[in-house]
Amino acid sequence: MIRLDAVSKLFPGASRPAVDAIDLEVPAGETCALIGPSGCGKTTTLRMINRLIEPSSGRVFVGGEDVTGADPVRLRRGIGYVIQGVGLFPHRSVADNVATVPRLLGWTRDRIRARVDEMLALVGLDPAEFGPRRPASLSGGQRQRVGVARALAADPPVLLMDEPFGAVDPVVRDRLQREVAAILRRLGKTVVIVTHDINEAIRMGDRIAIMRDGHVVQHDTPERLLLAPRDALVTEFVGPDRALKRLSLVSLGALATTAQAPPDAPELPADANLQTALSVMLAAGAGAVAVLDEAGGRRGSVSLGAIRDLAANAQPIERSAS
Amino acid sequence: MNELLAWIRAHPGLLERTASEHLTLAGTALAADIAIGLALGIAVAGRPRAAGPVVGIVNALRTVPSIALLVLMLPVLGTGFAPSVVALALYGLPAILVNTTVGLEGVDPEIVEAARGQGLAERQVLWLVVLPLALPLILAGIRTSAVQIVSAATLAVFIGGGGLGELISAGLGLLDFPQLLIGAIAVALLALVTELAFALLQRLATGGKAAAA
Repeated sequence: MIRLDAVSKLFPGASRPAVDAIDLEVPAGETCALIGPSGCGKTTTLRMINRLIEPSSGRVFVGGEDVTGADPVRLRRGIGYVIQGVGLFPHRSVADNVATVPRLLGWTRDRIRARVDEMLALVGLDPAEFGPRRPASLSGGQRQRVGVARALAADPPVLLMDEPFGAVDPVVRDRLQREVAAILRRLGKTVVIVTHDINEAIRMGDRIAIMRDGHVVQHDTPERLLLAPRDALVTEFVGPDRALKRLSLVSLGALATTAQAPPDAPELPADANLQTALSVMLAAGAGAVAVLDEAGGRRGSVSLGAIRDLAANAQPIERSAS
Repeated sequence: MNELLAWIRAHPGLLERTASEHLTLAGTALAADIAIGLALGIAVAGRPRAAGPVVGIVNALRTVPSIALLVLMLPVLGTGFAPSVVALALYGLPAILVNTTVGLEGVDPEIVEAARGQGLAERQVLWLVVLPLALPLILAGIRTSAVQIVSAATLAVFIGGGGLGELISAGLGLLDFPQLLIGAIAVALLALVTELAFALLQRLATGGKAAAA
């Protein structure tokens, strides 16, 4: 869906390229997280996709079309764009903000109104209450939601997000990440998200591209990245707790055996992840957790040993939790 | 008071003629300033290398007294309406240009970036986003400039530009106090009405959130 072919950007007066002959492919419906230390070129890479920055060389394909020579204004109307501070227009109502691109595309008034209501509802904001309000009267999290609604309004197949949750507090961020990731998966959007937060990258990305000095150092699934970081930088970036992070990718249900846990063992639902299970076991001093089925009955167990074996096992595990 | 009314009755049409000249002078100069100030401001906003000298030169105009500006027009453009308008326009330009530049540059770059990213063309970014956001400051500049021009237009009489200054100048020359007073009161009222009218316009245009100049 999105393909970068040897794309470089050399800013005037810079001694080395900000982005150096990057190849990157994001298949349709997948989310790619670009991550790296500041100055690694991740935002520049993102902004070359909708040509807010013109590449110095190389080609960018969106939906199979070479957009390097396309009209940038038309291109951007077909690509959703969310930035850190959201950049809502303060002189316009929330509804008018969401209607921005449909209006540019010349939709009819009725269609725009229906679409705005649909988008606000999608991101969890009541259209009747929030539509007429000005952005200034919204909380940071609500503004982010409006930003996502605005980016999705014209139903673009591709969405670019630049640190979209950077400006909200951690509790709100956590919920927003889960909700937005679920919405984007459900709608089948192809997404590139720039972040400096490895947890956000793991949570949102089907694949993660770690960048340094304008290069992609490793482009892998979160599972592979945590299991086999390619070099010291990647290892440092994913953190010394990468084994724990990896456990958060696996659901309890995927590892459960039919063996019964002791009666006093802690109980967890099957969709809890292994990281949570480990924490619960350590806290309770238990050797196993009982895994509950949807009705709340015990359906099996996961032992501490099984988790330890899995964490030490270099084989990729199936990603089944989010 | 009776003397003033008697003077107005004795000189039919004179107050009306000078007031209308005054408004024409001020209105023409202000219209020119709005056009020039906005165009220049938009042209130099976001280009510090161009903005510095342009704003600096125009700002230097602030230090020249209005009467000096008017007299300086004499050797260049002679006397009458045109040189008066040019001098008044020069006098009123700094307030509009400076406020336009400051207003445009004060728009959050993130909002501009978001606008571009959504697919607004440069012209749409300017007209739909940047100018509306800078409007409170621009209007404050126009208001300041309007009052300055209306007041300074009193001096146009010295280079044959007419206006209410004629009454004051003639009143002084002939020691005709009713005439002098009528001129002075008319100019004061006109400046006051201008100030109030533009304040109202500013409030209407910005939904009650008028910015200070």
